Amino acid sequence: MISCKSNKLYPFLLTLLLSFFTVFSSFAQGEEASVSKDGVTAGAASGAGDAQVQAGAALFKNNCASCHALNEKLVGPALKDVHKKHPLPWLISWIRNSSKMVQSGDKAAVAIFNEYDKQQMPSFALSDEEITSIVKYIEVESATAATAPTGTPANDQAAPAATDGPGGAGAGDASNYLHVILIALIVILIVMVIVLLIIANLMKDYLRGKKDLDGNDLELVDQRFDFSKVYKSRAVQVIVGLIFVVVLTDIAIEETYGVGLQQGYQPRQPIAFSHKLHAGEHQIDCNYCHTSVYKSRSANIPSANICMNCHSQIKKESPEIRKIYTAIEKNRPIEWVRVHNLPDLAYFNHSQHTKVGGIECQTCHGPIETMDVVYQFSPLTMGWCINCHREQPLNTEGNKYYDNLVKIHDEVNKGAAFTVSSNGGTECSKCHY
Amino acid sequence: MQEKIKYWKGLEELENTPEFVRNSQNEFAEFLPVKDKSSSGKNAEVAPRRDFLKLLGFSVAAATLASCEAPVRKAIPYLNKPEEIEPGIANWYASTYFTDGDYNSILVKTREGRPIKIEGNPLSSLTRGGLSPRGQATVLSLYDTTRLPNPVTKRGEKHIDAEWEQIDQEIRTKLGQVNGKVALVSTTIISPSTKQVIREFGAKYPSFEHFVYDPYSVSGLLKANGGTIPGYDFSKAKTIVSFGADFLGAWLSQVEFAKQYITNRKVTKDNPNMSRHYQFEATLSLTGANADVRVPIKPSEEGVAVAALYNRIAQGTGGQVLNTPAFAQTKQLDAAAKELLANRGAALVVSGSNDVAVQTLVRDINRMLGSEGTTINTAAPIYTKQGDDTQMIRFINEMNAGTVGAVIFYNANPVYNHPLADKVVSGLKKVGVKISFADRIDETAVLADYITPDHHPLESWNDFEPRRGYLSLAQPTISPLFKTRQAQDSLLAWSGNNTSYYDYLRNHWRANFAKGGDFNAAWDKAVHDGVLEGVTSAGQTTTATVAPMTMAAAAVAINQTARNSKGIELAIYQKSSIGSGVEANNPWLQELSDPISRATWDNYLAIPRSLAKEMDIQQNDLIRVTAGNGKTIELPALIQPGQARGTVAIAVGYGRTHAGPVANLVGVNVYPLAATNQNGVLYINSVKLEKTGAEKVIAQTQTHHTIMDRNVVQEASLDAYRKNPKEVTEYIKVATPDGPQSPSKVSLWYDYEYKNHHWGMVIDLNSCIGCGSCVVGCASENNTPIVGKQEVLNRREMFWMRIDRYYSSDTHKDTSNLGTIETYQAMEEPSENPQVIFQPMLCQHCNHAPCETVCPVLATTHSSEGLNQMTYNRCVGTRYCANNCPYKVRRFNWFAYYDNEKFAAQNYQMNSDLGRMVLNPDVTVRARGVIEKCSFCVQRIQAGKLEAKKEKRRPKDGEIVTACAQSCPTNAIIFGDMKDPNSQVSQILRREDGERAFHVLEELNVQPNVTYLTKIRNNNLTTTNA
Repeated sequence: MISCKSNKLYPFLLTLLLSFFTVFSSFAQGEEASVSKDGVTAGAASGAGDAQVQAGAALFKNNCASCHALNEKLVGPALKDVHKKHPLPWLISWIRNSSKMVQSGDKAAVAIFNEYDKQQMPSFALSDEEITSIVKYIEVESATAATAPTGTPANDQAAPAATDGPGGAGAGDASNYLHVILIALIVILIVMVIVLLIIANLMKDYLRGKKDLDGNDLELVDQRFDFSKVYKSRAVQVIVGLIFVVVLTDIAIEETYGVGLQQGYQPRQPIAFSHKLHAGEHQIDCNYCHTSVYKSRSANIPSANICMNCHSQIKKESPEIRKIYTAIEKNRPIEWVRVHNLPDLAYFNHSQHTKVGGIECQTCHGPIETMDVVYQFSPLTMGWCINCHREQPLNTEGNKYYDNLVKIHDEVNKGAAFTVSSNGGTECSKCHY
Repeated sequence: MQEKIKYWKGLEELENTPEFVRNSQNEFAEFLPVKDKSSSGKNAEVAPRRDFLKLLGFSVAAATLASCEAPVRKAIPYLNKPEEIEPGIANWYASTYFTDGDYNSILVKTREGRPIKIEGNPLSSLTRGGLSPRGQATVLSLYDTTRLPNPVTKRGEKHIDAEWEQIDQEIRTKLGQVNGKVALVSTTIISPSTKQVIREFGAKYPSFEHFVYDPYSVSGLLKANGGTIPGYDFSKAKTIVSFGADFLGAWLSQVEFAKQYITNRKVTKDNPNMSRHYQFEATLSLTGANADVRVPIKPSEEGVAVAALYNRIAQGTGGQVLNTPAFAQTKQLDAAAKELLANRGAALVVSGSNDVAVQTLVRDINRMLGSEGTTINTAAPIYTKQGDDTQMIRFINEMNAGTVGAVIFYNANPVYNHPLADKVVSGLKKVGVKISFADRIDETAVLADYITPDHHPLESWNDFEPRRGYLSLAQPTISPLFKTRQAQDSLLAWSGNNTSYYDYLRNHWRANFAKGGDFNAAWDKAVHDGVLEGVTSAGQTTTATVAPMTMAAAAVAINQTARNSKGIELAIYQKSSIGSGVEANNPWLQELSDPISRATWDNYLAIPRSLAKEMDIQQNDLIRVTAGNGKTIELPALIQPGQARGTVAIAVGYGRTHAGPVANLVGVNVYPLAATNQNGVLYINSVKLEKTGAEKVIAQTQTHHTIMDRNVVQEASLDAYRKNPKEVTEYIKVATPDGPQSPSKVSLWYDYEYKNHHWGMVIDLNSCIGCGSCVVGCASENNTPIVGKQEVLNRREMFWMRIDRYYSSDTHKDTSNLGTIETYQAMEEPSENPQVIFQPMLCQHCNHAPCETVCPVLATTHSSEGLNQMTYNRCVGTRYCANNCPYKVRRFNWFAYYDNEKFAAQNYQMNSDLGRMVLNPDVTVRARGVIEKCSFCVQRIQAGKLEAKKEKRRPKDGEIVTACAQSCPTNAIIFGDMKDPNSQVSQILRREDGERAFHVLEELNVQPNVTYLTKIRNNNLTTTNA
């Protein structure tokens, strides 16, 4: 009999153990993700208040950024701590007219001129104040760069969540406060319980000291709380068991829904390409690199020759760009890591959504122009697709394909939007074949 | 009272040991511990199996859950993207398919640089957008894993990989020192430039000869017609008489003739005229199945029949009558002769015989009928077969005599496909240098010293002249997959010419076909169009010219043949799918069932029922066939209705031994059984049959032969149609309170409302010739797996499209005098010479689909465009839908056919990296355990709609077509939007409503979106078709 019982118990225990493992491991994954989502705000936050610095930042972006960066040599030198290397008046006159300074024989000016292959820096008609603000901006940036660990975005695992935005960050702060308050309250409560217990014991001791006690009091004094009774009680066992099962099931269901979901997936790419820089700061059209996004099912990951349209001139020395050169020299294509993975059973066509539907890239890909390293913004689940198809009004404007359909639709359902699904957009064979 | 006898269960019970008592209380014995017997006999007890499995199960579950992170997938862009390639967008290139005499101008669909589908080129006025099954399938042959990846040299019995420079040098040296004749043996070459290359190559050697032969030769036809095939034009013929010529099948130019043939076969109320087609033949061919009047004759009678017709025509036109034996079946022959004479100038007689005498008579019949210049285009003779049997036999004899010093085989495999293969093998031993251009180590190449593999045609440049003045180009659609080299380039290299064949080709065209003006522009246009027509061409000289036979000599020859016939006659024929067996290693062609017998993966002995009864032969009995020349083969019998009495038939193209894992040892090779004489090869012989007692099962996709008087297919005579088109189709009515009504008026279901599109299909049974092009087209478009012979036997073939073939029966329900059961049994029996009807059967996309209502998981649903959608990722494989489908068109994936070793050989398109390149990337490869079926090519519908939406317009009619409709060489399948009143589908449905349009199993009221049109036969011999 015993052996039989143990046989049954063994797998049960095993399940328990395994379920704990999975639950905890998934927690662990969740935590990792959340950790990587914090830690972003730090850099942007510092010195945000200063209007001068902000003005400087804007000026820097518009005038200087195409040739200068803080930490690396582009066309011109890296500008980190430039205020320490040269006095402000020197900088002002240099920015206004560098060639004049070179011609006048300024030692520092000639040295820079020679160092950069006698390439002239263009003259900028900026006021003293503006130049000062730029220098100020560089000063502040240099300081933060010194405190925060520097590195290329790809090495920076913590980069992703510039997307959380101010709203998200605020919410995070509030919940942090709540946590603190909660913990404080709990601590206070525990202290109170302990204090109360001590008081109760003191009272009991006092009562015991007395000889003339009546029945009620005696009962009170002799009363013993038997813990073993509680945990041996069937009711408690059942309740605890039930709670355990319910919690476990809930977690299991939650987790299974999440199986295979890659929202937030942010793999490290072989080349630290930044959409933030290209699409965000330089405002390069998506279609310039993703050549078939309006034409084809696939948006097309740009081939190296597209990179070379610009990078045969710009930033040729950057180690990341060198990787493209190496790929071309070795005749081996660059193996990017695919971020957005749809299952094979689902057919998705970019051009249907971009060209016909008129949907912005950001609707599905999120604020791609702010991403240093691309991550998967949308869950890409069927529910997510279907939801949009249910709610999104069709882009029928000026498209003769839809003219008659819109008419029929409007006659039947006055006022209701002509959504994708009202044109059959939630039928299986629209995506599965 | 007799004492009850007590039975003991065993000694244990008798002894009643305590152990037994204990055990008898336990209904279920304890689990036996698993003992590891192998562990040095110690009987060591290991973990009980079930516990082990439990543990395993849990750990697998845990491991899966823990490793739910998707694997890292790479996205690898081009390094330097070619300008014309956009990932996800198909590019189309015009090219040409010419193999084995089958010419098609084609368009090749490539995705990301890989050819994935082939369709017909509408710009060609010969094939006019049609494409044969073999042409469709050749895209898979490109990715054949058996192809040689590099040139090889034979050292002893081993083939050693070689480098091109090294092998070129060796070959050049050896050819330089050759002692004797240098011979190049090829099958028909219709490329003017290639012929020029060969001439140039030959000029380097003092003694060079180019021998041309065809595996299935028409050299009799060539000899009777001065070395070329007359330019038959079936579209001009009102009366067609064919003696054993399978012109809709593998005879000469399948698609071209089908296109021509069908122009006079489509009837409408306004034009109720069609040609009449007489077929005299031994075995029921695809062409015979389409004939209005079919007469089974023995092969030896063919000459007699032709001569009898000749005499009748001669009488009618005042010519000389020949003295030949009488032909028995005068009724049909008289009718044919009468009609031919009545339709002079619109009459055509053809013969499939390889006997010069017969073909000479046929030529003269056509002359007497005034066919030359009308139904025979004398300006454009056909060049697709040029092989000369006599020459080939001379070559074999020369080899055996030891006068051949070197031989080069180009597209030639005589060891497999020549009747004198034994002599080829013995002769080759006496040849010093043997080179083969074969793309694999085939039966002939295995004996060669050097194999310098040719490109696949889809990797090559080439030109073609299938008819005089009709030029066609082939261009590469993929860069060579292997280290192969085009044969022409090899020949150029060996003759010391450094130009590439591409330049050579261009120069040849510039010199010969330039019409003046800018050559580069003209060349670009020709490459773009794939064809260049109306060229003044010098024509092709063939070697098969001999002095024409006189009528008297022909008559003598025919008398001789008729006299010589004795015993059972064997007719050797070609199937339209496998042809001569060149592309036998293509699984699509192997699994494509024979249009008539519906057999796959085998050839067989087709015998008439009379002979089977006489010899007590059952279907699948293994029969030993001994031919007049002493050769013996064994193969299973198939009882073939329509097979002439006293004859049997076997198809060539099977029994390959060195073709690759798909074709090797599938069926038997029947070439050696063909009779040869000094004039050539005759694909007939007299044979002896013996039962071996063994059995070999033939995998047929349809074993039901008749329609048992059901309304599944409908047909009527042309006379009835002319009288009243409204009465040719029987419509079923159901009884209602308001009298008999069409079933669609009584329905339990609400009707769907289609606002946008309503896709529908019309299949004209009158136009369908049963060729099977649609089946291969569908397989190619929709990634349907190939399952192999055993699974076909298990009724698990996966083609979404099938062509049902029904034979007529002599017994009918209302006219039979037999009892009920006997009547039904008799109705199952096809007639001895049945009428045949083909019915393409695919998912009918019912509006009230029975499959949709039974799916417990809503995996099959109806779309707002009338499609019956199948969602594979939702399907759990209950197969309720398949059981509830009245048309039996749903297919279940019994296995994972991809990445499955069991199917690796047959289904290499899903089991090798190379094969997978052919898969259509827009269609899912289905997993095990799900149902699949025709989707009306929803991917093409979606793509077409998207194209229209991008251009902000409605889709044009004909822009969106399914793969089957696209492939059909006779336009029997029309697909379109029934919502669009101007679409062809809508027009036909309006026109044929109440006349020829009917739904299969209309009484079920499933309201299919596929409509069939009643077949009309022009078979009333009492009226002359003029």
